Amino acid sequence: MNSIEAEAGRLKALGESEPRLARDPVNEPMINNWVEALGDRNPAYPKFAPPAMVQVWTMYGLNGVRDADDPLGAMSKVLDAAGFTSVVATNCEQTYHRYLRPGEQLAVTTRLSDVVGPKRTALGEGWFVTTVSTWYVDDEPVAEMMFRVLKFRPPEPSGSVLRPLVNQDTEFFWQGTAKRELRIQRCPDCRRLRHPPGPFCPVCGSATPEYVLASGRGSIFSYVVHHHPPIPGKRLPVVIALVELEEGVRMLGELPDVPPDEVWIGQEVVVDWSRVDSELTLPVWRARHD
Amino acid sequence: MKTTMSTLPGKAAIAGIGATEFSKRSGRTELRLAVEAVRAALADAGLTASDVDGLVTFTMDTNSEIAVARELGIPRLSFFSRINFGGGAACATVQQAAMAVATGIAEVVVCYRAFNERSGHRFGRVSAAAAAAPTSNGIDASWSYPMGLGTPAADVAMFARRYQHVYGATSEDFGRVAVAGRRHAAVNPNAWFHGKPITLEDHQTSRWVVEPLHLLDCCQESDGGVALVVTSAQRAKDLPHPPAVIAAAAQGSGPDQFVMTSYYRDDLLGLPEMRIVGDQLWAQSGLRPGDIATAVLYDHFTPFVLVQLEELGFCGPGEAREFIAGGAIEMGGRLPVNTHGGQLGEAYIHGMNGIAEAVRQIRGTSCNQVGGPVLVTAGTGVPTSGLIVTGPGID
Ligand SMILES: [Zn+2]
Repeated sequence: MNSIEAEAGRLKALGESEPRLARDPVNEPMINNWVEALGDRNPAYPKFAPPAMVQVWTMYGLNGVRDADDPLGAMSKVLDAAGFTSVVATNCEQTYHRYLRPGEQLAVTTRLSDVVGPKRTALGEGWFVTTVSTWYVDDEPVAEMMFRVLKFRPPEPSGSVLRPLVNQDTEFFWQGTAKRELRIQRCPDCRRLRHPPGPFCPVCGSATPEYVLASGRGSIFSYVVHHHPPIPGKRLPVVIALVELEEGVRMLGELPDVPPDEVWIGQEVVVDWSRVDSELTLPVWRARHD
Repeated sequence: MKTTMSTLPGKAAIAGIGATEFSKRSGRTELRLAVEAVRAALADAGLTASDVDGLVTFTMDTNSEIAVARELGIPRLSFFSRINFGGGAACATVQQAAMAVATGIAEVVVCYRAFNERSGHRFGRVSAAAAAAPTSNGIDASWSYPMGLGTPAADVAMFARRYQHVYGATSEDFGRVAVAGRRHAAVNPNAWFHGKPITLEDHQTSRWVVEPLHLLDCCQESDGGVALVVTSAQRAKDLPHPPAVIAAAAQGSGPDQFVMTSYYRDDLLGLPEMRIVGDQLWAQSGLRPGDIATAVLYDHFTPFVLVQLEELGFCGPGEAREFIAGGAIEMGGRLPVNTHGGQLGEAYIHGMNGIAEAVRQIRGTSCNQVGGPVLVTAGTGVPTSGLIVTGPGID
């Protein structure tokens, strides 16, 4: 913690970063695009620029690189190194001193205002980092912004994933996942597919099951969002989906990348792989967008 | 369906019930709880340890029959048996006892279940031991635990989500089961939630455990023990209390059956194992759903109470939500359910406390008195069991 506070103190003492010039001057085409996108019909535009556009003029652009002396970037690196790797914006307040007009050339500077922590939050333990940016036209400050983020340590999953018990009847499945193959047991005689597998075919009694490779595509038959209690090796909440594969069998797996409120029964998914270690790879589901 | 005439109905009765207090921290060993409950049940039946020649419990119970027999000073046992599959065992312990009595293998059989389920090993947590059991159950668990589905609430939530999707049931529909249970528990001095009813709003605002289940969809976790004394209907007539005659007793396991994760059947809307139990209960007793005055339906999680009402024929598939919303499961309704408060309200003793409540209904001593016949079910989502008990007048 000391090193975080010391580094925060050092960055604060540096004061404002070097002014960074906007890529283009304030201009009518950009104002027109912006007010059109927002549906703002104020007749004052584009003769003046909407004040809320102030941040637009000094954006880095798609391929921009953050300035080396940007204090938020520098402070984030310090917190990342200490394990506070996740970020969420919590506050943003802008103050406008006057309207800007097309043709004016802006520059922005940023200083580190405050670093407060460590605090326990619903998201996890973290530090609130506050910066203040000032926009200038020449030497005249025209707008300011207080911007606060929470840099937090994502809660560690407790323990490690519970490992499957594997025997002769089921090892083909787990050997498959290690090779990123989703294998479904098939009866060589009556061709019935079956999951979970077992040593016999329950339909015809065949004792020599084979397997086929699944396409990995299916749809969500049902799902849960697990909040409590902890699950070894899982970060909560976690979505677990029961997927009906297009071959007809059902299989459970985590759906790691879809926010819980965006999951639905019938949603199309495809298998992906979560490598736990050299011994174990688990199938997981990804939403399909094709 | 295969129906076999059973010679069991009417042969045996529950003559004694006993329990410890229900708590969150008993402060004593599980063996002590078991023996206290058995002693209380024997005293209630007007019998002594030397009358007992049979003991039945759950496979999951940590108190061996011989340890219980030693502490009680039972000199001789001719029958001892255990039933598998967690709470699904509850009514089957009584079936075992009734079969032993009906066949003359034993004369007085005590069924018991005792645990420190709250202060000791909690079933609501992820069980690494269950996931690694060196048995076929452990292999079965490998299709769910490593994938992150690892608690009973999560297992049931998977069914509940599908049930909601197909039938349009809502969280409120589940919540009404909890509200009714807590209302019944509120007037039961032995209930953990005595004097603590809840509203549907309380249910809706309780935190998520596993969506779509709120905290108040989940039963409590409890320390305690319950014991039941089973003897012949004939002998029971001479004992202090009116006997609760076992009019039907059944076990059931369905097609492609798993423990809590039977997700590979055609649909996830029913509990085929409970239908198998119900079909036998109706066939054995000669009763129909319309004859049942009150029911004790296993309520570890609210959604399966709806499914049980449907599988047992109290209403049609998908209709339980209307049945419940109309007040049917509350006092004065068509079928008051869990008049002791259930496991949501009284205590979670793996279903055994519900059988004791059925006996009180037959005796006329329930806090929410309705009367018989009473239908009781055991754990849901697992191979399960059920009973119908009646007064001595019906055979
Ligand atoms: Zn076959």
